[in-house]
Order: sequence, then C-alpha cells, then structure tokens
Amino acid sequence: MTHYLDFEKPLAEIEGKAEELRAMARVSEEMDIEAEAAALDHKAAALLKDLYKKLSPWRKCQVARHPDRPHCSDYIDALFQEYTPLAGDRKFSEDEAVLGGLARFNDRPVMVIGHEKGNDTSSRIQRNFGMARPEGYRKAVRLMEMADRFGLPVITLVDTPGAYPGKGAEERGQSEAIARATETCLQIGVPLVSVIIGEGGSGGAVAFATANRVAMLEHSVYSVISPEGCASILWKNADKMREAAEALRLTAQDLLKLGVADRVIPEPLGGAHRDREATIASVSDCLTKMLGDLDGLKPKALIKDRRDKFLALGSKGLAA
Amino acid sequence: MNWIANYVRPRINSIFSRREVPENLWTKCDECGTMLFHRELSDNLNVCTNCSHHMAITPRERFTALFDAGNFAEVTVPDPIADPLQFRDQKKYPDRMRAAQKSTGEKDAMLVALGEIGQTPIVAAAQDFSFMGGSMGMYVGNAIVKAAQEAVRLKRPLILFSAAGGARMQEGILSLMQMPRSTVAIQMLREANLPYIVVLTHPTTGGVTASYAMLGDVQIAEPNALICFAGPRVIEQTIREKLPEGFQRAEYLLEHGMLDRVTDRNDMRDELISITRMLMLLPPPVKGHLTGPEEAAPNAIEVAKAPAKADKQPAKK
Ligand SMILES: [Zn+2]
Repeated sequence: MTHYLDFEKPLAEIEGKAEELRAMARVSEEMDIEAEAAALDHKAAALLKDLYKKLSPWRKCQVARHPDRPHCSDYIDALFQEYTPLAGDRKFSEDEAVLGGLARFNDRPVMVIGHEKGNDTSSRIQRNFGMARPEGYRKAVRLMEMADRFGLPVITLVDTPGAYPGKGAEERGQSEAIARATETCLQIGVPLVSVIIGEGGSGGAVAFATANRVAMLEHSVYSVISPEGCASILWKNADKMREAAEALRLTAQDLLKLGVADRVIPEPLGGAHRDREATIASVSDCLTKMLGDLDGLKPKALIKDRRDKFLALGSKGLAA
Repeated sequence: MNWIANYVRPRINSIFSRREVPENLWTKCDECGTMLFHRELSDNLNVCTNCSHHMAITPRERFTALFDAGNFAEVTVPDPIADPLQFRDQKKYPDRMRAAQKSTGEKDAMLVALGEIGQTPIVAAAQDFSFMGGSMGMYVGNAIVKAAQEAVRLKRPLILFSAAGGARMQEGILSLMQMPRSTVAIQMLREANLPYIVVLTHPTTGGVTASYAMLGDVQIAEPNALICFAGPRVIEQTIREKLPEGFQRAEYLLEHGMLDRVTDRNDMRDELISITRMLMLLPPPVKGHLTGPEEAAPNAIEVAKAPAKADKQPAKK
C-alpha cells in the first residue's frame, strides 16, 4: 500500500484507478482493460514527473519525512557487512533512537552511527521517532572515540526531527551531550563522513554531521528549526510552515550553494521511497567517493580539514 | 593593528548619563514588585535590592563593572555577510536588524573586550539579550572565534557571558553552523592551555547552550537563570504535563551536575579574578578597590589613538 503525500492526491487517484481496473480484470477474465490501464499508468508517470520537477521546500520536507523512505537500518542492512551493534553510553542507558556499531563497508572496517526513526507504530515508539536523548549522543561520542583509537573511519547517517524535548533529556543534560558530540566530531583523527538521508533537525543533526564531508539526498532537508516551529515563532502561526520552509533555505540544493553540503545525491523520480534499492546504491557510491577524498590524510590533516571547513562556512551567501 | 576599535574609559555608574535617564526614574522589580530607584538598582548591577532577582544587564554595563576601573578596549569583530539568505518573514531581516541596532546602539548580539580584572589580563565576551534575544548568528560566531584568537594571541583566559534565546532563525542553517564554528574556537583555547570560563545568564537556551555555553572549563551561572536546550513551554506541550517549580533553572542544573557554581552577580567579579588567577598560576589577587592608571573625569569617554599599555603586559604583583 503506497502512502501518498497531500500534494500527491491527484496521483493517488490515477494510480488507484489503474490498480482498481487491474483488480477487476483479475476477477472477470473477459474484461480487456490493459489499454485503459496503460493509459492511466502513462498519465500517472507524467504527473509524477511534473510534481517532482520542482518540489517546493515544504514538499521536500514532506518527502524527507515520508514514512516509507529508507531509514538508517535499511542502509545498514544493505550496505554494511558484519554489522555489530554496540549499545549504551556507559553512564546511564542505551538509546534506541541511535544505531551504532562496528561494520565493514566495502570490506573496510568502519564505525557506523545514525538516527533510526522506525517504520511502524511500535518501532517508532521504540526509536522515539528518531529523536535522541542525551544517552544517544554520549553513545555516539563513545563510538567515535573508539573509532579514533583504532583508526576506523566514521560514517554517520542523519535522520532526526531534532533533539527530544523531554523532561528527562533536559534533566540529564542534553545541551552538554550535544555540545560534546559536536566537539568529538571535530577532534577525531579519522575520516568522518555524513549523509543526511531524511531530516537534519537542528542540534540533533549537528551532533553527528560535523563531518569532513557532508552529502544530502536530493529531497532531504537540514535546518536550524522545523518549518512549523519557525512559523509559530516568526509568523505566530504554525500553519505558515510553507512560507517558513521557503525562507529557511533548508533544501539540499540551497545548502550545496552555501557550502554546508558538499554533495547532493540524486533520488529516483518520486522520491527515495519509490525505488529504495536505487537510492541505497546511490548513497553507497557517494560514501565510497567521500571516503576516497580523504584517503591518505593523516589524523592532523583530517582534523584541520574539518575545522577549516566549519570556520570558513558563511563566507558565501546565496546571492553570490 | 585594527583589533582595538576604540579605547573606552567609562566611569562607574556610566549607565545613567549615557542613556540620559532622569535621576528620579523608578523601576519595578518583575519578581517581587518592589519599586526600585534607578541609581540604586544600577549600583547593585541590576539585582533587586529587595529580593535579589537578577535583571538583564547589557554587555557594556557588565564590562564597566567587571574590568578594573571600568576600563576595557573593545575588539573589532569581522563583519559577516549581511542577510545571507535574503530572509523574509513578516518583516525583512535587514529591517529587524536595523531596528535592533537602533534600540540597542550595538552592531549585533555580542561584545568582545580586552582588559584586566584584579590586574589579571583577560579577554571577555558578552552576549546581549536585548539585541534580537541575543540570538546566535554569524556575527556572534565571528565574535567567539575572534575572542578565542585574541586569547590565544595574548595568552589570556577567555570569560564568556552567555544570554540567548537560541539560534538566529533569519540566518537559517548558517546560524546552526555556529555550533561547530564556536566549538572550533573553544578547541583553540584548549590546545593553548588557556582557561575558558562560561558565565551563564538568564536565559541561555537552544543551540547556544548546546555548544560553546556548555564547554567551559568552569561553568558558573547567575541565580535562577533559565538554562536549557528545549524551553519549558515546548516540553510542556510535548509531554502534556506541568513542569516542577525551578525546572531548568541554575540551581536545578547545579543539583544535576551540569554546573560548577551558582554565583550572585555582585560576587561574580571576585570569583572570576580568583579562578582565572589560580588557573593561570598567578599569585593571589590584591584585595580592595583598584583604580585605573588615572581616574577619568565623570562622563568622559575617550577614544585613544594607541592601544592601552596596561593591556599589553600581564600584571605581575
Ligand atoms: Zn525584587
């Protein structure tokens, strides 16, 4: 069952009709509907192409949050061998919103860390909708430091609405946990590459994405605040999220121009969820390239590369 | 050298004359409701003399009270690109900036200065909550980087007073990028073995708390300051319950191990002198009132041609 976004409603109607026709034909064999169904398919394909030709920033947010979009665990399953999850922050608890562990990528041992949103009600609750608590960041720090000690590159997959606005998370110092994770990203002497696969939500994303190289999927977003949050503060009206999404410049294309993203990974027509395998393969290629860029760099050079990159950010605006 | 824009020598209680507030003005404490005589309140560093409620204080007022004889040299912060995203909500960002600049008389939300406290040379940076909620954008990031570079160049500790509603949304992702940028600045200090002391003031929230404001070697807060990542209102909406009294306040963070100390604003200067001198392996401070090289005439603000001599050599007494 395809999950359609609100702006895909006309598409849902056409694709639904085609499906209905084919279902009817399966029941009564004398019906010849193939020509009609094919015409609908054709119409749907044209509409899909049209809808995705130039997605507005708000629609990109919707695609980035699409429930069927491949999530962190899908990438780990498909791209990494011998994935060995490592749990816990050694201070308080395990955080299931953050996956992390040893794995091989193209045979090379790496540390992979990412936010996992879950894909049904129970797993979403288990994963806290991809919102890490302090323990998630502290686990990431522990794994990054381990990777640093043993010379393993770190790959992070970012997909989070943001940090968790909960009582316990604040009580246990999520500000400090995020600050330390960002700091750790900046001081490890191994390659650190990051892909924003869905939502890059504020501090929760920065804590993992302060990397030598940052790639974004074509319809992923990365922002200081959610469009809804921004709208409710600056427009005093959360329904102005379309305007806020526009103003925030949170798309992969804008972030490439600003130098925040180094690469944009193309998605299949209609978004990553319409061809998960193709998307995952593109991410794999990109990871290989980004790690290749950093090959042979010594720890000091890797640290310098990262610092110089972030110090220089903001020297070009969108107008340039 | 262009790092000293002007050498300001304001006198104590400079606040009134600069703002030309009538002497008979009264301020109502927003905590206990007591009417406070303006001069009395200012002499007490905007702390209510009745209930000790700490009201906002501008970076300039703070620095005047902090530095020996109120002497400090402002450090020029490199200008970032104006309005990098051409951001527009109900107002245009440049219009909001101009309004904030007009009402505060400042360029942006952070002031960086060089000077001495108890004859201890330091670099200080203070965030200005009255300037667009103290929000962290590229200018604030540049200010922190510059402050750290100056501290490293002059081998001085950095004392940073934080106050912010969070990131400056009008700079979008570039405001978010000030989290890693400011963290690089703090790492420069750490590598140079220079103390970095954070004084968290009301309120310090969002991306500011989740970056440079939580990375101090010593973390001190002013009483009852709200310090958090997610604000109490957002949390109440999420968990749908009322938060306990004092949640996310300085004393609460102290109890939960996130701070070293909670210190009254009027005791802060002595404490900062003591801590910085110990961390810099300097002898104990000289007690008592320290005058500047020459006491300035009341209401005089001078712009010197050369940087202050006193700023160039660490005091050794
Ligand atoms: Zn009071």
